[in-house]
Amino acid sequence: MDEHIDSVKTYAAVFVALLFLTFATTMVSTIDLGPLNVVAALAIAAIKMMLVALFFMHLRHSTTIMKVVIGGGLLWLGILLLLTLADFTTRGWLPVPGK
Amino acid sequence: MDSHTETLALREQFETPSQQKEASAMGMWIFLVTEVMFFGGMFLAYTVYRKAFADVFSIASNTLNVVIGAVNTGVLICSSFTMVLAVRAARIGSRRLLILFLILTMLLGTAFLGIKGYEWNQKFQEHHVPGATFHLEGTAQQGPAELFFSLYFMMTGVHAAHMVVGVGILMTLLFQTFAGKYGAEYYTPVDMAGLYWHFVDIIWIYLFPLLYLIGRHHHLHG
Repeated sequence: MDEHIDSVKTYAAVFVALLFLTFATTMVSTIDLGPLNVVAALAIAAIKMMLVALFFMHLRHSTTIMKVVIGGGLLWLGILLLLTLADFTTRGWLPVPGK
Repeated sequence: MDSHTETLALREQFETPSQQKEASAMGMWIFLVTEVMFFGGMFLAYTVYRKAFADVFSIASNTLNVVIGAVNTGVLICSSFTMVLAVRAARIGSRRLLILFLILTMLLGTAFLGIKGYEWNQKFQEHHVPGATFHLEGTAQQGPAELFFSLYFMMTGVHAAHMVVGVGILMTLLFQTFAGKYGAEYYTPVDMAGLYWHFVDIIWIYLFPLLYLIGRHHHLHG
């Protein structure tokens, strides 16, 4: 378990980065990038999530078993999203007899 | 095995305080994983319907106030910063700082809820609340538009409910800190409350771009 104390400076740097990324994602959304707008928004959100999880939730000091448990959780979320979207996006690709 | 005196930091069933803390953290993370799945279902529903009704969802999304959404994101990030400082204060054994940062976090959390309430109130005035009086300008498809706002209210509502619970947890911690329960050798509940608070922050980190931002430049297909 982490017996490590991060410095206030580290937390402040992460805090400033999070505020900057919030500003950045808002600004980027005013520019028309076509489909890349969604990609940019989700990429910035993912970076912010990693910053919060690694530094504020101290995940970078966590044990491997903890990371495996969390990774397992995200894997199930991935299955939920991926398989459902695979269904919805491919409907209508093939003709259904009698329909 | 030698018997140890039971304390909050070391209960009878654990070998070492760090083992006990590890068990608490593991339990908390497993709870948070179930929360990820809970919110994941709503994010999935939003994605599926956004794809099915891209034009209407874009029109509806553009009626949301981006400035308020961005400011509220900032408020929540500030509250995560004060929360992590509260955990640090507990870790270094400073009761005074712990009390200060718990109060600051509660205030910022309450500010977020206040801003959210103001925003919801605007939706009522604009008739953007699903129900008999619902009406969204600029589209003939009122059904899918209503669906967007159903998802908007459900997702921001459940998120706000988590915030209310979070503020309640912080208040409990505050009273327990006043009672002298937490110090450098035992502050696990403060740490776990921190994990919860940051998790709720992460949910909003995704809600903000998905609800407010990504529909801004959608090219309507007629």
